[in-house]
Amino acid sequence: MNVAFLGATKGMGRALARRMAERGDRLFLLGRKDAELDKTAADLGVRGGGAAPGHALCDLERPETFGPALDAAVDALGGLDAVVVTAGLFATQDALESDRGLTRRLLTVDFAHTVLFCEEAKDRLLAAGGGKLCVFSSVAGERGRKPVILYGASKAGLSAYLEGLDHKHRADGLEVVTVKPGFVKTGMTADLDPPPFAGEPEEVAGRVLAALDRGAPVVYAPIAWGPIMAVIRSLPRFVMRRVGF
Amino acid sequence: MPNGSSTISGWGRIPVPGREVLSEDLERLSEGAVLSRGLGRSYGDSALPPPSVREVATTTLADRLLAFDPETGLLRAEAGLSLKELNRLFLPRGWFVPVTPGTQFVTLGGMVAADVHGKGHHVVGCFGEHVTRMKMRVADGRVLWCSDEEHPDLFRATIGGMGLTGHVLEVEFRMRPIPSPWIWQESRRVDDIDAYVDALKDAAEKWPYTVGWIDCLSPGKNMGRGILMAGDWAEPSVAPKRFPHPKPRVTMPVELPSWVLGPLSVRAFNTAFYWKHLPREMTGIVHWESFFYPLDMVRHWNRMYGKRGFTQYQCVLPEEAGRGAARRVLEILTRRGGASFLCVIKDCGPEGKGLMSFPKKGISIALDIAVRDDTQELVDALNERVIEEGGRIYLAKDTFTRPEHFRAMEPRLERFQEVRRKWDPEGKLRSAQSVRLLGDRP
Repeated sequence: MNVAFLGATKGMGRALARRMAERGDRLFLLGRKDAELDKTAADLGVRGGGAAPGHALCDLERPETFGPALDAAVDALGGLDAVVVTAGLFATQDALESDRGLTRRLLTVDFAHTVLFCEEAKDRLLAAGGGKLCVFSSVAGERGRKPVILYGASKAGLSAYLEGLDHKHRADGLEVVTVKPGFVKTGMTADLDPPPFAGEPEEVAGRVLAALDRGAPVVYAPIAWGPIMAVIRSLPRFVMRRVGF
Repeated sequence: MPNGSSTISGWGRIPVPGREVLSEDLERLSEGAVLSRGLGRSYGDSALPPPSVREVATTTLADRLLAFDPETGLLRAEAGLSLKELNRLFLPRGWFVPVTPGTQFVTLGGMVAADVHGKGHHVVGCFGEHVTRMKMRVADGRVLWCSDEEHPDLFRATIGGMGLTGHVLEVEFRMRPIPSPWIWQESRRVDDIDAYVDALKDAAEKWPYTVGWIDCLSPGKNMGRGILMAGDWAEPSVAPKRFPHPKPRVTMPVELPSWVLGPLSVRAFNTAFYWKHLPREMTGIVHWESFFYPLDMVRHWNRMYGKRGFTQYQCVLPEEAGRGAARRVLEILTRRGGASFLCVIKDCGPEGKGLMSFPKKGISIALDIAVRDDTQELVDALNERVIEEGGRIYLAKDTFTRPEHFRAMEPRLERFQEVRRKWDPEGKLRSAQSVRLLGDRP
């Protein structure tokens, strides 16, 4: 599988890209920092037992980088079978409430710009007859919840967009896979106290790769978060108003 | 944010206030940090912050492989890469680390800091012997490379330097090719400690890997009876054709109450372990994980020693002390009846290049000691014996050694402190252990 990957340098993206490289998928990395991309490419090359993947600069804060970066991926790989997006911003509700600039940035990156990136990716995949678009949203977007009001809102919007895209284009051969991770122990969450059922990135990667292969439209990871979110979705409003999560 | 009351501990589970800070970006993480920490498998306070500092920089997210040359085996990786991951990736390709400690849950940075040794020490020395260069962040903020040619004083002091000379960012070392991923093992039952020491020496001449487990509770003529194991990577002609499946792991779910490990139960265990090896000699193919990492099969096995935690005592007794030295140390244990599970005994080759590296030519003895009211006295008594014999202890295991005892064991300490003062004149880099043993500022 030829994969353009935005976000392979860290966390769940790193774990997923490693699985792909180890099983022989051909990757092209997109990201913000050249030095980091170099190191991650070297890592994936050693793991895959072949050449280090190529990479190009692509920054979710700069939409003008999206098209050229994806074109570089198409050129380098000679065609795309999948585009994976794990990049995004995270901040706690407290941090966001006290910093309007940060809120604006997070909403822009995690919703507006991620959607714009997906539009660019979608066009290129459809032009080649389809493929897979795998995007990391979050369980935070499942329900309006006190600890993740703003971050959750951006992810809710993203999930809705991805669902619509999947409905419209599945018949054209474009499978959209929305990943909804629960709490996963990565650098992004290192400053938070992990709740019960906190998962490891490797566990998420295994589940996502299986979902990607079969084209599942939605995947919760780690597995426990599927049933947990089913319960949370079904809670009446007056209960949600009282609980802290 | 985790609140201020969080605690952090070594593998022996004796906590101090503190927390781990993690990042994929090790260069940034190490900026201003007083101490790096890997997977926290050192038993005592080596990877714990000094009392006035709350945070240690945990390297485990910085775990990328940066280069591997299949012609020469030369490998370079970030310091947080675990041995577990390295084995998972490289054993199927016919490569293994030149030196492995008894657990896979260590990072490359930790392997350098403790200058780990393994069953092959009599042949290949410590891990540091195979390290060709390291990228480090030193106390003044610079990031630089060190090796035998570049900043050799820093290089040698960092190998076995317990993280006190700088933050290791990247490690380059040579992997070794193996003929198959299986181990050919020979094991035999040995009647007492003196026979044991002789048998180890014999085995060391024939085998690249040797180790033994002895019963350190039985007094008198049974003292130090045990099982000696030796092995080597199996040739393809005798090895199974399939790749060894990963061994299943079980979890120690809770702390055991401390009475479970009383003298009686531990003695029963030791006796059973000895007699389980019913035939005097056994040979055959075994799984590499059972051979190198038997304790890794039980997750959280350190909970076995109960709420108060435990320590491991490991010392090396020099060859000059004669073969009676091991017996004299064991006598202290049997006399005091300190409940320990199996005691691991191994012969060591010559001292390596690491300035503070633990092993030297002689015999190493390691045993777990559950913390009790008299643990300090037991460790003191053992240390006094070890000083008499001209031996020394392994910092990666230590929690209870007194600074005056440590100084008496370590004529090398002055040179080590000199190198530290050169690279870190303000004494920024330190650990709970260096405060305790080397007199660093708290």
